[in-house]
Amino acid sequence: MADIAAANREALDRLCRARPAWTAVRSGREALGLEGRTLLHAGPPIEWARMCWPMRGAVKAAALFEGWARTADEAEALAASGDIAFAPCHSRGAVGPMAGVISPGTPLLVVEDAVNRTTASSFIADGPWGHQLRFGAHGPETLNGLRWIRDAVAPALSAVLEREGPIDLAALMAQAFTMGDEMHMRNAAATGLLARRLAAPLVAAVPDAARLEPIMRLVTRDNDQFFLAWSMCAAKAAARSIEGLEASTVVCTMARNGVEFGIRVAGLGEPWFTAPASVVEGVYFPGSAAGDANLDTGDSAIMETYGLGGLAMASSPAVQKIVGAKSWEDALATTRDMGEICVGRNPLFPIAVLGGEGTPTGIDIRRVVKTSIVPKITTAIAHRAAPRMIGAGIATAPMAPFVAALRAFAERYGAARA
Amino acid sequence: MAVRAVVRRSFYQDSMVLMSVAARLRGQPGVREAAALMGTPANHALLAAAGLASPEVKGAAPGDLVLVVDAESEAAAAAALEAAGAMLEERSRASGVLRRPRTLEAALAARPDANLAVISVPGAYAALEARTALRGGLHVFLFSDNVSLADEVELKRLAAARGLLCMGPDCGTAYLGGIGLGFANVVPRGRIGCVAASGTGLQAVVSQLAALGEGISHGIGVGGRDLSAEVGGTMTTLALAALARDPRTEAIVVISKPPSAAALPALESAIRATGKPVVVCCLGAASSGAPGTWVSTLDDAADAAAALLRGVSWSPRAFSDPDSVRARLAALGPARGTIRGLYTGGTLAHEARLLLEPLLGATGHRILDLGADEFTVGRPHPMLDPDARAAQVREAARDRDVGVVLLDVVLGRGTHPNPAGVVARAVRDARETAARAGRGLLAVASVVGTDADPQGRRHQVEELRAAGVEVLPSNAQAARFVALALRPELALALLGPR
Amino acid sequence: MTLDAGLDQPLRVVNVGLELFAEQIEAQGAAVDRVDWRPPAGGPDIASLLARLED
Repeated sequence: MADIAAANREALDRLCRARPAWTAVRSGREALGLEGRTLLHAGPPIEWARMCWPMRGAVKAAALFEGWARTADEAEALAASGDIAFAPCHSRGAVGPMAGVISPGTPLLVVEDAVNRTTASSFIADGPWGHQLRFGAHGPETLNGLRWIRDAVAPALSAVLEREGPIDLAALMAQAFTMGDEMHMRNAAATGLLARRLAAPLVAAVPDAARLEPIMRLVTRDNDQFFLAWSMCAAKAAARSIEGLEASTVVCTMARNGVEFGIRVAGLGEPWFTAPASVVEGVYFPGSAAGDANLDTGDSAIMETYGLGGLAMASSPAVQKIVGAKSWEDALATTRDMGEICVGRNPLFPIAVLGGEGTPTGIDIRRVVKTSIVPKITTAIAHRAAPRMIGAGIATAPMAPFVAALRAFAERYGAARA
Repeated sequence: MAVRAVVRRSFYQDSMVLMSVAARLRGQPGVREAAALMGTPANHALLAAAGLASPEVKGAAPGDLVLVVDAESEAAAAAALEAAGAMLEERSRASGVLRRPRTLEAALAARPDANLAVISVPGAYAALEARTALRGGLHVFLFSDNVSLADEVELKRLAAARGLLCMGPDCGTAYLGGIGLGFANVVPRGRIGCVAASGTGLQAVVSQLAALGEGISHGIGVGGRDLSAEVGGTMTTLALAALARDPRTEAIVVISKPPSAAALPALESAIRATGKPVVVCCLGAASSGAPGTWVSTLDDAADAAAALLRGVSWSPRAFSDPDSVRARLAALGPARGTIRGLYTGGTLAHEARLLLEPLLGATGHRILDLGADEFTVGRPHPMLDPDARAAQVREAARDRDVGVVLLDVVLGRGTHPNPAGVVARAVRDARETAARAGRGLLAVASVVGTDADPQGRRHQVEELRAAGVEVLPSNAQAARFVALALRPELALALLGPR
Repeated sequence: MTLDAGLDQPLRVVNVGLELFAEQIEAQGAAVDRVDWRPPAGGPDIASLLARLED
C-alpha cells in the first residue's frame, strides 16, 4: 500500500515552501506554446455547444482579437464549426478568471516558483471595467482594450521586470494577507502594494507621460481585484508543484467553467472529476438579482486550492460579511471547518484571530468525504447573459467529484487490502 | 415611488460590507432597489445604469459613502435609510458558542490529554472512528453495533498492541475509575472488578452487588463476541490482566456467553494469572474443571463474588426468600397458558430461556429480546423508548394462549426516566383485556437497578406492584417464579421441602 | 494513557455520537469534549474505502 501520509506531508510541504515570483510577460504562444486556432478556457474540459454565455462571449472576443473572424457572428460560426481547439487553462499550466479565455496572442504574466521549479500564467487584464472579456464582453471597447494591453501595457511591464528583476509575490501576498485580503474576493491591499511596487519603475520604463498615464491608471484605478491575476498565478505555481505527486490525496486543481465544477487530485494525474457547477449564494450590485446569475465559474478556485479565498475567510474582515452578515464567528467557523478537510496549515499566511495559526492548506479528498465538509469558495458572480459582474458571494463545491475521486484513488492505490 | 439618497462624507467602508448592507436594505418593507457604495467613478456609472443616480449623489467622492433607496413611498425610503445607518453602526454579536470540532482528529488535536473515546455512531462508520481513537492513544468505549467481525478483530489487536482497552463493539455498559459509561447504574465503588461481554449482564451483577453492600472497582465491557473463536478473548484477557494489577480490585467477576473452544485456553490462563478470586458467569456453560468459580446465573455471580470476598461459603440458591415466594404463589393460584417473555435486555432474555427450557420444555413459550436487530430497525432501543414493548404487552393480552408475561425493567443513567410506569400502564391495560375475555394474565418482572439510580429502584418496584405485577429480586428468580406458577409440582425442586 | 498507567487515571473523554452519553459522563464529573459528527458522503460502502486509504 502506498504511503499516503508521507505523500500528503510532502504535498503540504511543497505548497508551504512555494515562493512564487513574477518574472516575465509573454504571449500565450511564447509562454504556453499555444498554436493555431487554440483557445484555453476556465474549468474542466468543455466544448462550444455546452459553454455558458460568458464563456461563449469570451471565445468570440478572442477569435476577433486573433483576427480569426471579422464579426461576432463569424466568430460564433467558426467556434460552432469545430475549427477552434478548446482546452482547459489548467492543462497548460495556466489559469483564467471567470470565462478565463486565453489565446495564442494574449499577453500573459509569467510567474515562477524557484523553490519547486514551477511556472504559471494568466492574462494581465482583459478590457476596461464593464467591458471585460472574462465576463463575455466582445465589443469594440473590449477589443481596443485587449490590443492596448498587448501593444502598450505588456511591453511596459516587461521593461519594468527587465530593470527590476523578479517581483516577489509570496512576500507581497503575505503582507496583503495580514492587511485583510483573502486573495480571492478581496485583493485590495495586494493591488495597492503592487501599484506601489510598480509606480517608480513604470515612470522610468515609460518616459512619455501621455503613454504612461493610462498605464498608471490601469494599475492604480478603482479595481480592487486588479491583483487577482497575480494571486491566481502564484497559487497555480504552488499547486503545480503537487500535480502528479504519487499517492497524494491532496486536491491540486479546483475549477469551474460556468457549467461544471471539477477537481483533479495530485496522486491521480490528469483526470477531472466533475459535477454540475453550484449556484453562488451572493449579494448583488444595484439593478441585479439572483435570477441574473450565471452558475459558479472560473479558475479562481485555485486560490482555495492553495489555502486562500474561502478557506482563509476568518482572516478577511470584509469578506466575512458576504457569509451573510450574521456574525464573524460564521467566518471563523468556516475556516475551522476548512481546517478539518486540510492536511495542514501554511505559516506564510497567519490568521490573527486564530492566534496566528496558518491558513488551512492542502484539501484532502479523504477528509472531505469523511466529514462531508466541502470547500467554500469566495467568488465574483457573472451575469448569465450580459457581459458584467453582478455580485459576489460564496460557492459551496459539490460533493460528488470528491467521492468519485476517492473511489478512483482507492481503485488505483488501495486494491491491495480488501 | 421615491428615490432617496444620503451621502456620508469621508466614510470609508469595504465594498463587501456595503454589498451586504444593500442586500439587507432590499429586504426592507417597500424597498424596490437599494445601493450602498463608495462614490468612485465606476460606482457612479453603476448607479447611473441602475437609474439611481439622483442629483445629491453626483458630487460624492471616492471616499464618500453613498446610500440610495428606491422605495414605494417617501416614508419607506426614509425608514430604509435610517435602517441602513443602524446596519453600519452595528457590531456583530458573538453567539458565545464556538463550533464543535467535526472530526475526532480535530478534537484530539485540541485536547491532547484526552484518554477515552466514547463512540456511538452508526456501525458502518464506527470502526473508522475507533481506529482513529486507538491510534491517538485513547481507550475506546464502542457502543455501536453492526461492526464487522473482521473490524472487531483488527481493532482489538490494535488496542492490545498499544495497551489500550477497546470496549466493544456493541458494548452497552462500562465503569472506569468510578465513572459509568453507556447505560450504567449508579453503584458504589468497591473491591470487585468486572469483565463483561454483556451490558445488561454487567448492570444486573453490579446492581445486585450494590444490594449486597459491595461496590465495584471497574467494570470493563468487551462486547458480545470477545470470547468467539475469531476474536479469541483479546480484550477479556487484557482486562483481566489490568484488573489483576489494579490495587482496588480484590475479586473479579467475568460475565459472558460460553467461550468458544478456541478462546477457552486463553481465558483459563488469564484467570489463573490474576492471582485473585474469580467468579465466571458464562450463561449456558458449565464449569469444566476450569479455574475460578463458575456460576450459571447473574445473581449467583454477584452472590458468589460477595461470599468469596467475605470468606464465607456459598452455594447457589433458587430464591433468596423461599417463604415469601411460597406465600405469593398460594395467593395467586396456578397460572395457565404459555409465557410471553418481553425483554429489553438481551442477556436477561437469554438467561430466562436457559432457566425455563429445562423446567418447562419447549411448549409454545416465547422469550423475546426486543433489543434485537429484528425489532429495532428504524426505531430506538427499548431501553431508551419503552413504548414498543408496552404495545407488545398489550398485544400479548389479546393472544388467548398467553397466560404469563415475563418482563425486565432496567434502570440507570441513560435509560428511560420511568420504565416501570410505562410497563405498569401496559400491564393494567393487558390484564383488563384478558379479564374481559374471561382469562387471567400473570405479569412477573424483575428490576435491574439501585435506589441511587435516577429512577430509584424502590419507586419502580412499587409502581409495578401497584399494577399487580409480581416483582422478584432478580431475573433468574422471576423466571423460576413463572415456572412454579405454571407447574406447581416443581415446588419441591425449586423451593425445597416445606 | 495506556493500561500501564492503571485504570484509575482521571477520565478526559471525547464523545463521538449520542449526546446523551456525553451529558451522562459530565454529570458524573468527568470532562467531555464533543465531536459534531456527521456521516461521510457517498454512501454506506465509503467507510471501508476510507479505512483502506487511512494514513
